[in-house]
Amino acid sequence: MKTLVYIDHFKGVVQPASWEALGVGKSLGTVEAVVLGANLNDVVKAAFEFGADEVLVADNPAIEDYRAEPYAATLSALISAEAPDAVLFPTTSRTRELAAMVAIDLKTGVLVDLTGLAVEGDKLVATRPIYEGKLMETETCSTKPILATLRARAFPRPTRNEGASGTPKKVEVKAEALTTVEGYEVAEQTLNVADAAVVVSGGRGVSNNPSLTPPAGMDEKQAEIWRAQQGFQLVGELANVLGGAVGASRAAVDAGYIPYKHQVGQTGKVVAPDLYVACGISGAIQHQAGMRNSKVIVAINKDPEAPIFQVADYGLVADLFKAVPELTDAVKKLRAEH
Amino acid sequence: MKIVACIKQVPDSEAKVSASGGKISWGEAPLVINPFDEYAVEGALQQKEANGGTVTALCIGPESGKEALKHALAMGADDAILVSDPGLTNLDTQGAACVLAAAIKKIGGVDMVMFGRQTLDDGSGLTAAQTARQLGWPMLGLVGHIKVEGGEVHVSRVIEEGRQNVKAKLPAVLSIVQSIGEPRYPSFMGIRKASKANIPVWSLADVGATAPAPVVTRTELITPPSREVVVEIIKGDSPNAIADTLADKILAEKVL
Repeated sequence: MKTLVYIDHFKGVVQPASWEALGVGKSLGTVEAVVLGANLNDVVKAAFEFGADEVLVADNPAIEDYRAEPYAATLSALISAEAPDAVLFPTTSRTRELAAMVAIDLKTGVLVDLTGLAVEGDKLVATRPIYEGKLMETETCSTKPILATLRARAFPRPTRNEGASGTPKKVEVKAEALTTVEGYEVAEQTLNVADAAVVVSGGRGVSNNPSLTPPAGMDEKQAEIWRAQQGFQLVGELANVLGGAVGASRAAVDAGYIPYKHQVGQTGKVVAPDLYVACGISGAIQHQAGMRNSKVIVAINKDPEAPIFQVADYGLVADLFKAVPELTDAVKKLRAEH
Repeated sequence: MKIVACIKQVPDSEAKVSASGGKISWGEAPLVINPFDEYAVEGALQQKEANGGTVTALCIGPESGKEALKHALAMGADDAILVSDPGLTNLDTQGAACVLAAAIKKIGGVDMVMFGRQTLDDGSGLTAAQTARQLGWPMLGLVGHIKVEGGEVHVSRVIEEGRQNVKAKLPAVLSIVQSIGEPRYPSFMGIRKASKANIPVWSLADVGATAPAPVVTRTELITPPSREVVVEIIKGDSPNAIADTLADKILAEKVL
């Protein structure tokens, strides 16, 4: 089977799930990586090192910025020419719409945000969570090429063979755009919850520290958010020593404690890290659906009846404002010893 | 400014969803407007307030879909249209986009179409971009801020790396995310108006589309195995000792 794998990047920084998709492509047969953008030498080199048999590259200032229409048109034309059996993408903000539009161009379908992909006869059978992870489904696409986006961390990352190289093949660019980029506000680079091997999450409980006195002049809501931010700082420190990302429950996001990108569950993000630490999260059904596939789950909550304890491997019935810093220190100490 | 907000009806997020015999059930849980689509309605109402015009809520679904449309009306939408047809029971996203694009053309003179980022049920998050492609209109995905000026729309798109600010000529298709602001609650007057609304139902023939054959089909439904764990509650003489024990256990799991 021949697959194309779309390497998703922002200014040359690759979304790591792209390499996981490349690994899946390799396991299915011949794999060609596709890279669109400008100044792509490092990305092309990495694609060879992660196992691409061939790298197809459109390195052109006219498409330096991702925009849906020129990227979709370039990719659709390339797919028509290369005639792969399948095109794989990592699931990201860009690829969801890109794959969606290419499917319309090529009159085919998209299998989205997959956690499994198997070959049955000459068919690809995909597995994906639906209903916020409360159910799983398998699905197939009756037309070719099959377009599929793969969830981060659901597939193994191939080992990088430093020094592997090749000569990339040039791709013809369809640069006609319907949108103009006016600028970026680039956030501080933080580890994405979906890509992290460790996630430490805070819930509504992070704002309940009674021993804190908010600065004068704040109204009740501002004081609550200020308290929550102090709480999330503790969560962040634990995430730091564990080398992980900060997550949050929907309640914490809705209350304005932390931006949406941190949300776990309810189509925020379904995560499956190796270690998930829930701090002050009661564990509503949507949250559980978003994190229950984590390998090891630790719950810290002062309410022994909190539903989060039903899915946790280890529980701490404690005030998170004391327990989380204690745990941070204990992990620091242990790691220093090893 | 003529704005269309596309919505879907889904089981409530609190529902316990299960599968048996290839069918999905959600018990007694109510069907509601897809929570992410409430942001689309909110975004549409904000733009109506800023620029004048009308907001039309558009839904594909069975007769019950009218309840979701009434929620949009109660929030402040001016009118609502349900596209319902026996030929629409087995739609994939490509098919839905095809029907929505036809309905948007039939409405006519539309400047902006707004979607939620994805639905709570199937959750594929493809339909907005596919509708844009069908229409040949610019796609502005994951929009958190909108400003219309001189026939152009300027938006801020929320992406993994921060925000991408983009402009496009109208008409355009947008998918809206939470940063747009919390969806307003239906007002008392709005609820009264919605309850009396006569919502037109368009068939496939009405929108001039034929029933699209799905290319993506479900082959099996699986209830994820329950997580068979018995929680080990860590105890000890002091917070310090408890933390040390827990840290030991975490390291012993060899997940770091």
